[in-house]
Amino acid sequence: MFLNPFEYHRAGSPQEALDLLNRHEGAKLIAGGHSLLPLMKQQLAQPTALIDIGRLAELSGVEKQGDSLRIGALTCHAELASSGMLATHCPILAEAAAKVADPQVRNKGTLGGNIAHADPASDLPAVLVATGATLDLMSPQGVRQVRAVDFFVGLLETDLAENELITAIHVPVLGQGSGSCYLKAEHPASGYAVCGAAVVVELGADGNAAAIRLSFNGLATTPVQCFPVVGALTGTDLADEAIDTAVNSLLSVEDPLGDIYASGEYRVQLAKVYCRRALKIARDRARG
Amino acid sequence: MADQGKARILGSAIKRREDPALITGKGRYTDDFTLPHMTHAVIVRSPYSHAHVRSIDTAAAAATPGVLAVYTAADIESSGAPGTVPTAWLLPDIKTPEHSLLAKGRVRYVGDGVAVVVGETRQAARAAAELVEVDYDPLDAVVDPQKATAEGAPQLFEDVPRNISFDWDLGDKEKTDLGFEGAAHTVSAELRNNRLIPHAIEPRAALADFDEHKGELTLRMTTQNPHVHRLLLSLASIGLPEHKIRVIAPEVGGGFGSKIHLYPDEAIAAWCAMQLKRPVKWVATRSETNLTDAHGRDHVTRAEMALDAEGRILGLRVDTHAAMGAYLSTFAPAVPTYLYGTLLSGQYDIPAIYVHVLGVFTNTAPVDAYRGAGRPEATFVIERMMDLAAAQLGQDPAEIRRRNFVAADAFPYATQVALEYDSGNYEPALDKALEAAGYAALRTEQKSRHDAGSSKWLGIGLSSYIEACGLAPSQVAGALGAQAGLWESAKIRVHPTGTVTVYTGSSSHGQGHETTFSQIVADRLGLEVEQVEVIHGDTKEVQFGMGTYGSRSAAVGGSAIANGVDRAIEKGRRIAAHMLEAAEEDVVFDDGQYTVKGVPDQAKSWGDVVLASYLAHDLPEGMEPGMETTAFYNPSNFVYPFGTHVAVVEVDSETGDVELLRYIAVDDCGNVINPMIVDGQVHGGVAQGIGQALWEQAVYDDNGQLLTGTLMDYALPRAHMLVSFELDRTVTPCPHNPLGVKGIGEAGAIASPAAVVNAVMDAVSHRGIRNIDMPLTPEKVWRAIQ
Repeated sequence: MFLNPFEYHRAGSPQEALDLLNRHEGAKLIAGGHSLLPLMKQQLAQPTALIDIGRLAELSGVEKQGDSLRIGALTCHAELASSGMLATHCPILAEAAAKVADPQVRNKGTLGGNIAHADPASDLPAVLVATGATLDLMSPQGVRQVRAVDFFVGLLETDLAENELITAIHVPVLGQGSGSCYLKAEHPASGYAVCGAAVVVELGADGNAAAIRLSFNGLATTPVQCFPVVGALTGTDLADEAIDTAVNSLLSVEDPLGDIYASGEYRVQLAKVYCRRALKIARDRARG
Repeated sequence: MADQGKARILGSAIKRREDPALITGKGRYTDDFTLPHMTHAVIVRSPYSHAHVRSIDTAAAAATPGVLAVYTAADIESSGAPGTVPTAWLLPDIKTPEHSLLAKGRVRYVGDGVAVVVGETRQAARAAAELVEVDYDPLDAVVDPQKATAEGAPQLFEDVPRNISFDWDLGDKEKTDLGFEGAAHTVSAELRNNRLIPHAIEPRAALADFDEHKGELTLRMTTQNPHVHRLLLSLASIGLPEHKIRVIAPEVGGGFGSKIHLYPDEAIAAWCAMQLKRPVKWVATRSETNLTDAHGRDHVTRAEMALDAEGRILGLRVDTHAAMGAYLSTFAPAVPTYLYGTLLSGQYDIPAIYVHVLGVFTNTAPVDAYRGAGRPEATFVIERMMDLAAAQLGQDPAEIRRRNFVAADAFPYATQVALEYDSGNYEPALDKALEAAGYAALRTEQKSRHDAGSSKWLGIGLSSYIEACGLAPSQVAGALGAQAGLWESAKIRVHPTGTVTVYTGSSSHGQGHETTFSQIVADRLGLEVEQVEVIHGDTKEVQFGMGTYGSRSAAVGGSAIANGVDRAIEKGRRIAAHMLEAAEEDVVFDDGQYTVKGVPDQAKSWGDVVLASYLAHDLPEGMEPGMETTAFYNPSNFVYPFGTHVAVVEVDSETGDVELLRYIAVDDCGNVINPMIVDGQVHGGVAQGIGQALWEQAVYDDNGQLLTGTLMDYALPRAHMLVSFELDRTVTPCPHNPLGVKGIGEAGAIASPAAVVNAVMDAVSHRGIRNIDMPLTPEKVWRAIQ
């Protein structure tokens, strides 16, 4: 397929990117291009101009800031997957990034681009919700912070305003006594998650679950958190039977997504299986 | 021919000669060619699967800057060109409605061409194509071959009631029915063979250049059989005399059968070039490829097998609805008939078989040969039925196969479905496969997993397949309806220094002919492979030939080359005898030397003799100078490769996910020219067959919209989804061709779907599950388990 004609601008700084965005109506930011270009080739997106932020070094990389990690929005999936900082402080994000698509996509696709696209089958949105991440959204008026859970609004729809740029993602450090896991059923053609389960477990001093966060992709247009299961298991010792019972009886999704590959009913079944398995893995990891 | 002390070139795993250029990006494919004043064609395609075309308004498109012309069917008609793509295999009473290059008043599938726009650039043509206004009056569609034959189903052609193009049968119905009457057991099943999209890595393309002064057309195109395409283009599409058309297949990036057939698009490009007197290039997008390349398979089959108390087969009855799509593609009618029904005896001695096939029009892309073409469908039926019978009789799948194999001493073996198997020895291949798999240990593990209540169920699946390839002989093919002979040609041009250029009608599109054909020649003449050049794929350089498909190139094309070389050796012997002053019958040729029997120092080298033939200073009385031979090889029978494949899978009973753990393939393709190339062919074929079993399916909705039109929806097997295949061979040479070779290009795709499905069914059979339709996606398996 062919792209419609568009202007191309390369931004030299985040401010310039915002400036260009402001000056060109119908413009879109482009980083790795692995979400936007396929849409353009299918004529599903027809921006009049592309503003290339791919080379803004200040928007890339992972650094520890107190009890959280600041991840530049342009950090590519391969960097996330191989980051020592993430492996130590937020392993679930590295684990999930390693499961995104294929090596070529992971080398080009960025975390910011991925979440700005907000595909319901994408791996990383659910993981950011499970980790309790917040995002820095920069506009000419300054930077505002939005929680990941509030950022994802609908199908391919986010809280990002037209004049805004995602600059960074902050994820809390998962400390001692915490464990996490991301499991997915991969679509054999697209590589996207048919259903993915992101689980973070924090054990208290007594070895019981002090906090649990669950988030699923592939079930609804935005990441699904399953609070009844969380409620039932928080404070327990996360015995296998307790996990199985809670998940089997309490995990439900109203009107789940479905397609010719996997129906909604089947996706809920996958969610249950992966939730149980991921909870047990996260628990064992938390116990060290 | 080479002496025993030296490693033979024939049978050695030399690296493919063509690869360095291809893997360094130096291969030149059709779209890589640019000609002066070249233009670009874009086909306007129907978004409806079935509709009357009320009118086509081309004015806006034609007025677009950079657009040279917009044509519809009316323009082609008024040019006087025949304007069709023909069906080249005819069955008795077959209905072959016209397939015009552009739709005349009615479209019949999504992707059917209605107009062509030619522009200075591809972009201009594409933009203008959006401006062609077609007024469609949508009609009801039918996409399922069974539903299409129902009374009242939407009908694609006025004169084809119930959409039935042909009603074909083979075998003795009465005898088969009789077999069922006395049977201790009968097994029946409804089996679907899923529709597949070929996905050659290079989309179809054409570059047409018309020299108006000479009246000659040069057409570079993605083709597996350039001469056949030239012939069909001449007779049915553009009407230019055959000798005024030059078809060139540059590098061709795979075909899997999809580039055997003649499509409208390439012919349209040629016709446009003749109108505009400028070169016209047409290149399919990947999406167009998925919509319009002839798809494969799409059968709905009811099969019944009768067995005696011990599990010996008494009869097989098969009834199949085969989708043909919207039009009969080039060889489509042969695929579900003579390439399918004839294979239903498999490796087994079955006393009675009856097969009935309806070829049915549907509002989908046409269906034609795709890797295996009919034979994977047949193998799937017989090998699934063997497993279902084994399960019903409580026998081991290996044992029921063994019990029914055609005995090793029964060859040549005449089946009940018209074939005579040339040679075979099925039990050693089965034994080798079972041994490699560690069959007994796998069964033990399977049981211990069950006993332990594991949620990961183990399954072991067998597929003992036979393939009939190198379709032959021509007189038989003709009697069966082929509008072509199925021989192959070779010209052996020996140069004065003894090096050789081979001109073959077998047109390589990834098979490695430059390597294997060189090996055949070098081995016979005692040359190095580098002293042999192989030319193919250009109708101006190469004498008429039939092309590459149906695993025929080694057995038919290779045999033609061997015969041509032997004729040159024979001529050389007469010259050598003359030079050595010996009797012709006393001169032997070995490893590049003519020697006199018993007088080893009396010798002339191949080079000396060839040079003498060209110098012609002193040739035997009456002999013409030079050293060039031509051979047209018409095989006396098909060749029949066979083997047994074993798939080992693990089924996650909670998710239905199937993980392939191991894949063992023992194949017998007769003598092997290059083991590495044979292994490569098996690898690719097995991967495609596993894809069919687990992932691939072209899905149309009830309105005939292709829901799997992109690689985001249509799942091809990728390396990380597969395992390292475990390959081995037995060797049972073909007794009737000079090389003793059979074919191997399709074997993997023929054997593997049944092996994988049998493995999954083996894993879930303890839950009473007998069948799940391919592809065995996790949801389908999970639902069956529930």
